[in-house]
Amino acid sequence: MNRLEAHFTNKPKRNLAIYFSAGYPSIESIEPIILTLEQNGADIIEIGMAFSDPLADGPVIQNSGTLALANGITTVKIFNELSTIRQKTDLPLVLMGYLNPVLQFGFEEFLKQASLTGIDGLILPDLPLEIFERDYKTLYEFYNIFPIFLITPQTPDDRIHHIDKLSKGFIYAVSSSSTTGSSEGFSLSHIRYFERLQSLNLSNPLMIGFGISNQKTLETVFDNASGAIIGSAFIKNLQPSAKDYGITQFMNQLLNEQ
Amino acid sequence: MISENKLFEVSEDGFYGEFGGAFIPEMLYANVKQLQTQYLDILSLTSFKNAYDNLLRDYVGRPTPLYEALNLSKKYGARVFLKREDLNHTGAHKINNTVGQVLLAKHLGKKRIIAETGAGQHGVATATVCALMQLECVVYMGAVDIIRQAPNVARMKMLGAKVVPAVSGSRTLKDATNEAIRDWINHPEDTHYIIGSVVGPHPYPDLVARLQAVISEEIMQQLKTQTGSADPDYVIACVGGGSNAAGAFYHFLHNEKVQLIGAEAAGEGIESGKTAASLVVGKRGVIHGCMTSLMQTADGQIVEPHSISAGLDYPGIGPLHAHLFQTGRALYNSITDQEALDAAFELAKMEGIIPALESAHALAVLPKRHWKKEDVIVVNLSGRGDKDLDTYMKNLPSYEQA
Ligand SMILES: Cc1ncc(COP(=O)(O)O)c(C=O)c1O
Repeated sequence: MNRLEAHFTNKPKRNLAIYFSAGYPSIESIEPIILTLEQNGADIIEIGMAFSDPLADGPVIQNSGTLALANGITTVKIFNELSTIRQKTDLPLVLMGYLNPVLQFGFEEFLKQASLTGIDGLILPDLPLEIFERDYKTLYEFYNIFPIFLITPQTPDDRIHHIDKLSKGFIYAVSSSSTTGSSEGFSLSHIRYFERLQSLNLSNPLMIGFGISNQKTLETVFDNASGAIIGSAFIKNLQPSAKDYGITQFMNQLLNEQ
Repeated sequence: MISENKLFEVSEDGFYGEFGGAFIPEMLYANVKQLQTQYLDILSLTSFKNAYDNLLRDYVGRPTPLYEALNLSKKYGARVFLKREDLNHTGAHKINNTVGQVLLAKHLGKKRIIAETGAGQHGVATATVCALMQLECVVYMGAVDIIRQAPNVARMKMLGAKVVPAVSGSRTLKDATNEAIRDWINHPEDTHYIIGSVVGPHPYPDLVARLQAVISEEIMQQLKTQTGSADPDYVIACVGGGSNAAGAFYHFLHNEKVQLIGAEAAGEGIESGKTAASLVVGKRGVIHGCMTSLMQTADGQIVEPHSISAGLDYPGIGPLHAHLFQTGRALYNSITDQEALDAAFELAKMEGIIPALESAHALAVLPKRHWKKEDVIVVNLSGRGDKDLDTYMKNLPSYEQA
């Protein structure tokens, strides 16, 4: 069974997914970041694959990706660094990146490597649904990699239902139409959007991301979805020279602050 | 003047052969979908056509002349005609597109316009039509280009646009485009993105090609009057994203008797590692929402291009051109920085016209091929060279001695 499926069956609510850019602050940090996040209560890890031209990302993730590339990260190195990860953790692991590096690696070869590495899901925001369905859906199924798609407040209900049909593991609901890391707190229109999503009775769990930076926004999301995805706030607080990269402190503050 | 083309028409899902499409994140889906479903209907409205034609005539100054350059003709032993897009208001072909797109934006009820720019010509053309239509205008421009195309930055500011420097990556056109797309993601409701070339997600490549097709439409009429035949033997245009070339080729695409030639920027040479010749050194990949020929590393990271000309300094190319290249319908020559400079000084001295550095790449094809006396060659002179005077003056001494 795919670990994402197993995880949401055991723990349907209050899930915390953390995104980081593989290769920042260093290539060797990929594995320790994952393991330290697990020790501190993360439920799902999204491993970001840096791209030179990340259209959907705000400054924080752009910058960590640029530094990761400057450190020499490549798709091959990400798989190398993760080669023994499954001897150390059972957390669901999701790769997230842009389509072009995957195409150059070879789409099927990529899915195969991901599968051998023990990856559970893949998020490629710029892979069109129609092309996924036509060219890649059966390959994802063959390699047991769950396809995860994004929805936004602008996504119409019928399209959300279509995305729900094609998705496995969870749906990534972007809190507001923005690049990553842009918004400050949630307004009434956010809450209405979350409520609309709940009323759609989707078959996949909803994970809400973008703009979650503290306990208050996190609790709002926990009340309205299966969990939250945090990226920019986590990366901003990474301490490159600290032994645990500052992760313990960040997670404690996020999960325990008053 | 909005035109159809059956043979090399984009497919319903936005592809030219295996190139094109709309590889966009969901955050852009609603806006792009709206354009996809509405652009053809809006472009074919009589009210739209009239407004577009009238503005092109009375505001832009169309038709632009087709000038038979007798001194060049004599030198190259053929009949060389220059399509004078440099004589458009704002000094380049770019305004054909911005006039059309600003009318489209009005139709869609958008209140705010964003654009990217390389040489600054598209930025100026966008700022101009926004002033005309009283719309807010934000232009993204690479920090490197802001320095090398300073006169155009000043023009945009005077026209009331906000110029935002793009400081990521190579700080040129590609990065300005990233920033414009991010702005659009962050303003999903009130903003229209006027892309400056035949690049980006479907329907932009087709939309911009249709709005530039007026160039080849006029060429046909003017050639008929001047030579008795509407069909040239050759049409030559420079290719950055490829909009002036798409416009100059458009009505000849189906006519195999007309040889189409694009001029890509080779920079310091296609083997130098400092080049922008996306077709020659590129591989199929996705940039700015579009599958095309793309300069990239083995790992799929986009390579930073180099060209002396800011408007050609782009690692991708419009999907139509990738398709024309692959099918052999058009030929593409790589022109080095030096060859472009030579051609610019030659045109200035022989015909009294200072071309844009971009357009000089098209002129530089003339000495590269053998022509027959009776050949009719149309070179699309996409813009004027005022913005490039700094670069030209740095190189003046070597041409004064000659
Ligand atoms: C005068 C001129 N010609 C050509 C170009 C290149 O663009 P395209 O290939 O879309 O015509 C530019 C772009 O800035 C330009 O300013």
